[in-house]
Amino acid sequence: MPPNHMARKRPKLAVWKFSSCDGCQLSLLDCEDELLAVADAVEIAYFLEATRVAIQGPYDVSLVEGSIGTPHDAERIRRIRARSKVLITIGACATAGGIQALRNFRDVDGFIRAVYARPDFIDTLATSTAIRDHVTVDFELHGCPINKAQLLEVLNAFLNGRRPVVPPHSQCIECKLHGTVCVMVARGVPCLGPVTQAGCGNLCPRFERGCYGCFGPKETPNTAALAKQLTALGWGDAEIANAFRSFNADAEEFRREGDAHERTE
Amino acid sequence: MQTRTIKVDALARVEGEGALYVRVKGGVVQDLKFRIFEPPRFFEALLVGRPYGDAPDITSRICGICPVAYIVGSSHAMEDALGVAVPEPIREARRLLYCGEWIQSHVLHAYLLHAPDFMGFEDSIQLAKAHPGVVERALDLKKTGNRILEVLGGRAVHPVNTRVGGFWKAPPRAEVRGMLDDLRRARDAAVESVRLFAGFAFPDYEDDYTFVALHHPDEYAIDRGRIVSNRGLDISIADFETHFAEEHVAHSNALHGVMVGADRPYMVGPLARYALNFDQLSPLAKQAAAEAGLPRVVRNPFKSLVVRAVETVYACDEAVRLAEGYEEFDPAAVPILPRAGRGTGCTEAPRGLCYHRYDLDGEGRIASASIVPPTSQNQKQIEADLRGVVQANLDLPDDRLKDRCEQAIRNYDPCISCATHVVTLTVDRD
Repeated sequence: MPPNHMARKRPKLAVWKFSSCDGCQLSLLDCEDELLAVADAVEIAYFLEATRVAIQGPYDVSLVEGSIGTPHDAERIRRIRARSKVLITIGACATAGGIQALRNFRDVDGFIRAVYARPDFIDTLATSTAIRDHVTVDFELHGCPINKAQLLEVLNAFLNGRRPVVPPHSQCIECKLHGTVCVMVARGVPCLGPVTQAGCGNLCPRFERGCYGCFGPKETPNTAALAKQLTALGWGDAEIANAFRSFNADAEEFRREGDAHERTE
Repeated sequence: MQTRTIKVDALARVEGEGALYVRVKGGVVQDLKFRIFEPPRFFEALLVGRPYGDAPDITSRICGICPVAYIVGSSHAMEDALGVAVPEPIREARRLLYCGEWIQSHVLHAYLLHAPDFMGFEDSIQLAKAHPGVVERALDLKKTGNRILEVLGGRAVHPVNTRVGGFWKAPPRAEVRGMLDDLRRARDAAVESVRLFAGFAFPDYEDDYTFVALHHPDEYAIDRGRIVSNRGLDISIADFETHFAEEHVAHSNALHGVMVGADRPYMVGPLARYALNFDQLSPLAKQAAAEAGLPRVVRNPFKSLVVRAVETVYACDEAVRLAEGYEEFDPAAVPILPRAGRGTGCTEAPRGLCYHRYDLDGEGRIASASIVPPTSQNQKQIEADLRGVVQANLDLPDDRLKDRCEQAIRNYDPCISCATHVVTLTVDRD
């Protein structure tokens, strides 16, 4: 420990949860080799899943997991933003509304009123939306779940005043970098790799499975061209719409392509 | 008459968002609510209309801590509906994957979330400063659990290499066998964990619980068996809904599980499994339990911490056995023809029994879904424990009583994300 340790003012880190599965904040606890170093470099000021300690803001860095699904949460994220110098969203729920944003595609007006046994017991919004739709976000980390190495890179970058190195390129590039044989070209397996942002660590194609898009759209994806290829491989509109409507269903480019293939029955 | 109110607005060191409210008047608990305010995510409604093959990947997103429970449970239900059975090598690979989840989830909870209560720290970071060796051992154990998930499933949170019918690709033999040294070391660390936890001071509290768990004569039940209780229940998984139901209560966004016709709540999870399946534990796990002084049935919920460690010994032991015997299988998944049907699946998630039921249409699309996770089932028992714990500890000052209540909730390792995501959408039109 450096002698100036006590004198050094450590930046305050807060981790916030909204509607989510907890998997992205768990990724921080899954940094088994780095966790104690992180806890030494920052002051963990708020991280309910890990500690009862709750230190007042302002916070130097806030990590936000989860989507906005209740009126109360829409208020809460504004208060958190006001107390955070840097606000980083982590994961598909926070960056795109998550799997629960599938409800945005339903006829929600009647749905919400009609579906509960006791609607008065539950307070919910008709939609599940990204944090960006409510407050200014300084950086969005993709993934369902996020990649823990990317999380450490983003934290490191913001704590040291530099831009994070998180490539916006596609999963296809990732396969080439890893030398993974293309599942779509070699085996005719439908794959969202061409339009999905890299970062998972080249997972699905390595297991001879097509990418299912859990890292959301890459920068400027050509989803229409991919849809044409998926059709050539034998997929109908229903399968294509279904593929785009998963963990990042409400990310703009995926939403548009999914909507374009919606069956009108 | 003096009224005391104990409130915890946001429970820490649990997965998800929960709160506690207790009102005591004249030395008697008047009102007690363990409240779940995590917003509902409507999984069962969102699944409707999607192909059967989507269920494992989508339901895994109910919980980032126990995705394998949802992957395996929904896969079983789909295989049941579609009339296929997976061969033994695929079942064993799934069981190995499940052991990885038990190890990482149990270690996360026991060491990083629950142990600080017993050792007098706010969190595991403080604990690490005072006892670095303890937390380093925990992180090493957790990492080994996660490594199983990575080798077999691709990643620790929401694995990708699993599907209805089996796997996308058989995990490479060299990588599976390559884990063995770490697994054997983890097994030793798990035994050390039992010793450490056994030395803690446990609050003096017991109850005559109704325990419910899967039971299988040949192995400590994780992925197959019948649903049994210590009060004579013995049913097939398909009969779950005949014997268990859910209630919607005002103060919670999660349904409360109840046993039909029973006048008391029931408990699922480590204490229930240990009581009902002790004979199926491995010799090493039994020995660790004996050395820790655990009786054959543990009725003190605070000692669930020690039982979790015993189960971690078992999961490491079982992982060693499965990895030693592992051979790559071909095909990686059994072929499936879509058809209409109904299927059920039930496995032992780290927190207890987790049930799935799906109806499929003729094209294999999901027509209806029902999921009952362990924390919903435990909610009533958690409230009952809290009443008992508060009543027995009224002499404690408010802050210490509050701490004791939080500790009692953590006995269940409640996964609030799981519990709330299954608010069932039933239509009630006037």
